[in-house]
Amino acid sequence: MEPVIEMKNISKTFGSVAANRNVNLSLYPGEIHALLGENGAGKSTLMNILTGIYKADSGEIFFKGKKTDIHSPKDAVKLDIGMVHQHFRLISTLTVAENISLYSDKRDFFVKTRQIEREISECSKRFKMDVDPSAKIWQLSVGEQQRVEILKLLYRGAQVLILDEPSAVLTPLEADGMFRTLRSMAEDGKAVIVISHKMHEVMKNADRITVLKDGIVEDTMPATEATIERLTKGVVGNRAFEHKYEEKRKISDEKAICIKHVSAINDKGLTAVKDISFDIRTGEIFGIAGVAGNGQRELAEVIAGIRKAAEGEILLKGNNITKASIRERINEGVSFISEDRLGMGLVPDLDMTGNVILKEYRTEKYSKYGVLQSKSIIDSTEHFIKEYDIRHGGLGLPVGLMSGGNQQKLLVAREIDGDPVLIIAAYPVRGLDIGATEEIRNTLTEASLNGTAVLFISEELEDLFKMCDRIGVLCSGEMIGIRNVQETNFDEVGRMMAGEREVHKGA
Amino acid sequence: MHKMRFERRPTLPIMIQLINSIIFVLLALAFCGMFMSVLGFNPLSVYKAMMLDIISSKGIKNSIIAGLPLVFCGLGVAFGYRMNMNNIGGDGQYALGAVFCIWFALYGPVMPPALKITVMFLLALAGGAAAALIAAIPKALWNVSETISSMMLNYIILYVLNYLMYGPWKEKGQMIAQTTQIKKKYWLPEIGDTGISTVLIIAVVIAVFLYWFHKKTTKGYEMEVVRRSPRAAIYAGINVKLNIILVLAISGAICGLAGFAQITSILHRAQADMPAGAGYTGIVIAYLAGLNPIAVVIVGLLFGALQFSAVSVQVLGVPSQIATMIQGSIMLFVIIGSFFNRYRLIRIDGSAERGE
Amino acid sequence: MSADLITSVLSVAIIYAVTVLYATIGEIFVQRAGLMNLGLEGLMLMGAVTGYLVAVNQQNLPLAIVAVILVGIGMGLVFAFTTITLKADQTVTGMAILTFGTGLSGFIGKSVCGVSANLMFEPIPIPGLYRIPILGPSLFNQSILAYVMYFIIPLSMIYIYKTRAGMILRSLGENPAALDSAGYNVFALRYVYVVFGSVMGVMSGACITLSYTNFWSDGMTSGKGWIAVALVVFSRWNPLIAVLGALLFGAISVIGIDIQMYIHVIPSQVFSALPYVATFIALIFTTGNFRKKRSSEPGSLCIPYDREER
Repeated sequence: MEPVIEMKNISKTFGSVAANRNVNLSLYPGEIHALLGENGAGKSTLMNILTGIYKADSGEIFFKGKKTDIHSPKDAVKLDIGMVHQHFRLISTLTVAENISLYSDKRDFFVKTRQIEREISECSKRFKMDVDPSAKIWQLSVGEQQRVEILKLLYRGAQVLILDEPSAVLTPLEADGMFRTLRSMAEDGKAVIVISHKMHEVMKNADRITVLKDGIVEDTMPATEATIERLTKGVVGNRAFEHKYEEKRKISDEKAICIKHVSAINDKGLTAVKDISFDIRTGEIFGIAGVAGNGQRELAEVIAGIRKAAEGEILLKGNNITKASIRERINEGVSFISEDRLGMGLVPDLDMTGNVILKEYRTEKYSKYGVLQSKSIIDSTEHFIKEYDIRHGGLGLPVGLMSGGNQQKLLVAREIDGDPVLIIAAYPVRGLDIGATEEIRNTLTEASLNGTAVLFISEELEDLFKMCDRIGVLCSGEMIGIRNVQETNFDEVGRMMAGEREVHKGA
Repeated sequence: MHKMRFERRPTLPIMIQLINSIIFVLLALAFCGMFMSVLGFNPLSVYKAMMLDIISSKGIKNSIIAGLPLVFCGLGVAFGYRMNMNNIGGDGQYALGAVFCIWFALYGPVMPPALKITVMFLLALAGGAAAALIAAIPKALWNVSETISSMMLNYIILYVLNYLMYGPWKEKGQMIAQTTQIKKKYWLPEIGDTGISTVLIIAVVIAVFLYWFHKKTTKGYEMEVVRRSPRAAIYAGINVKLNIILVLAISGAICGLAGFAQITSILHRAQADMPAGAGYTGIVIAYLAGLNPIAVVIVGLLFGALQFSAVSVQVLGVPSQIATMIQGSIMLFVIIGSFFNRYRLIRIDGSAERGE
Repeated sequence: MSADLITSVLSVAIIYAVTVLYATIGEIFVQRAGLMNLGLEGLMLMGAVTGYLVAVNQQNLPLAIVAVILVGIGMGLVFAFTTITLKADQTVTGMAILTFGTGLSGFIGKSVCGVSANLMFEPIPIPGLYRIPILGPSLFNQSILAYVMYFIIPLSMIYIYKTRAGMILRSLGENPAALDSAGYNVFALRYVYVVFGSVMGVMSGACITLSYTNFWSDGMTSGKGWIAVALVVFSRWNPLIAVLGALLFGAISVIGIDIQMYIHVIPSQVFSALPYVATFIALIFTTGNFRKKRSSEPGSLCIPYDREER
């Protein structure tokens, strides 16, 4: 059988980052092909090239054996290639039928609602999807909305369907249903690509698996030959089986913060954090590992006070702060380095001094009788600049113009100032260059040496192993397990990130 | 295939931005000149006549008189915009401030002038604030758009003023819809011989105070944070609802001072439709001044000059609405011109893309 | 209350409503497309003065309407260019249009201030229909501009809710990114609707000087543009509800004048202010967020669409 799509030697570089390097991929009709890899491995880039959003720097694409150029999304649509993105492109006030009809190439004047609804009903039944064509999008659950996205493509006659992390927003039950749908599509002769980072799901549901890491194809295999070990090796690689500490630290037994059976709901109304319990001791760096989107953000927000805990308690040095406001927690010594650096942590339009005083502008440190004390503010700012080697274009320039690394340094500087009891650091080095990363890691480590407890949330196992004393792994909102860094390795943590409990090292 | 694209510029030096704005102001004047010539006027001679009227000695005095209410409205509106509040209700706040003020002036107890004027000042503030609060509270509590509600209040309050001026407070025995003049002893004195009222000093003082307020106080800082990043404001523990009410109240209070200015130094009485659109002009002034209080005073006085010269140039047959027309087109052209301060046009090749 | 009174109230209410509805329905389209033009008052004044000028000088009503439409297209293009292509703030631009429209209209209107056109859209009774008791003389003895509106109302309902184009419109204000990725030209669509709304806005003005009244005076729309803006909001962007609202306001303003003849104690200003009071109160109750309610406001209202910043 001939492949319907062949991507040969595809390379794509963005600035200094090589997102895809000589990637080869072939796709056959009737198969479910999984693209496995961590965030940043190059999966999305490759698929964006296939759907015409990006153009490859080099390499060729063959469609049914013929060389083709995909210059724009329209070209991809002409080839009957369609993609379901992580962020849906649906109009919430319109019905399912209307959304699908909007996307189709129909050009009738009056919308023949009933006819379209009938056609959609047939289509959805054929591919084992349950969708009410007359329902409005905002009434549907996320899983149902995803089905609408799939139907959109099918209705338009897509033969190659790409789904980007489709189970990320689904419950396990819904995910099973979705894969049943994908299977019936494959049986119908269509070719399906699933981008995923979930090893188990991919082993269970795909026909073939291609593993990408750092832009390179590490491995391609039929699902029958896939084992967790083989996949893990491809995804995280052989980067050091064990990590030694850089220095032996004394961590007291005193508990800085206790999280007890905390649960929380995300913005969409679904449970994001399920019954999580753990402690962090004074001077300890506690890491949270896991693929982004498994509840880390909500957990950080609950501890910082931005989000209410639906259940459970939080004790800070023995005090119950579960119901405390953000302000009160700040006063008690909770600092938060938000992952939303320019949204919540810093104000991009304000200059450095304006950002430095964000938390403490009311205190005597920076103001007297409602008047800001410029001298102490500028002193503080210059102190931060020197301490943390922050490069900037001028004290009066908006921080939005600074580089990401320097912005982060400023944010970290402000949050660490004042020896907080606990620092919640959410993805603090994400997207930063090596230099800035190193500096921020050192800053956090130093803070911990001073007795600050650090909650370090990251996706990078390397960072976690280098910095943390213990690591807790979050998957689907649950704490899968907590390990001492010295007693575990990448492999074990990697598997826990995929959801495996009761994993033993070397098993 | 070549495509053109707009790309954000890095920040330009202030001088260049200013020159850019001036170019567009001139374009606006040319645009208005177009309409003038269609109506049979020679734009250049009209503009020349206007300028001569302004720089005459009578002109400067009258420009300031016309400009003072505008300056106050501009200051008030700008204050609101400093926290993204659209205070369209300047006219209503001006009117209510005037109502409170004139009531006390005419019907309040006899007092030493200094005291009486001070109370009138405070009442004008209170009137303006009250008018603003009627729109501010629904905004803060229920997120009702302050734009439309303050707009409606304009008409309602103006009808109240109208009723008072034609009815119970009308000057006895006269036909014009206005009150009697307030007693001379309650008039605010002029600055020496110039004929310029001391209200100008009050306006300048307030402007300087506001400038300092925005830069140096914690409240000013809070307003800035709320304006630039509501999320960061939540993190910083700023009470946004309270600030909405405070800011709109102060914004209205300052507009109310326009009424104070009229009553104590310009008309020395209250009239129906006294505001005459000052609230809207205030919006234009606030925008053109970039919300900077000191610049508001300058732009406000310039607009006062514009209004005055528009009235005086009526002798040439030019309708006085030319002032509003020029104001509106200046604003429009400057809006368009400011785009070029932020973006520039670049050409991209057909196959280039934006890197991530 | 005699039948004649009801008829006369209804008659005037309809004329009032029609003048406001042109702008209201136009703005409903504009806001559903995701933009907000607050300069309606300025548009109305420009339409009023343009129509009147042509009526006075050329004594030709169709020509007047053509001129009005051209002015509407011009002003619409300016607003569209500034807010869509240049992505300027819509409120600020609206205020500029308001100020400029007010000034320009007063400026060019001076020459016809106090001049009688003696030419307007006279009421045309529709044979047969206008004999229907009570409703007949009021509904079917209106000017052609009103009859056109009678068609526009159902047409706009059908357009918005039943046609493909209407579906696209509803998506435009809700999620332009989704439309863009489906291949529709968001910018072009928005231009079209803004110009349409602008033309409707100036038509409202023309209604005022060419059928509601027959004179020109500076600023004569006295806030009807703002009432239109308010009507758009609390009609929940639904033309039918806008009609009911407009009729209600028309009735309120008429009844005010009538009651005034009977009850002298209440000053006339109270009645003049009534529509604005009613709008204010209605605004609070229909748009106020008293509890977490799902808003039917177009999701992307007032956010300029920038493909790059997706």
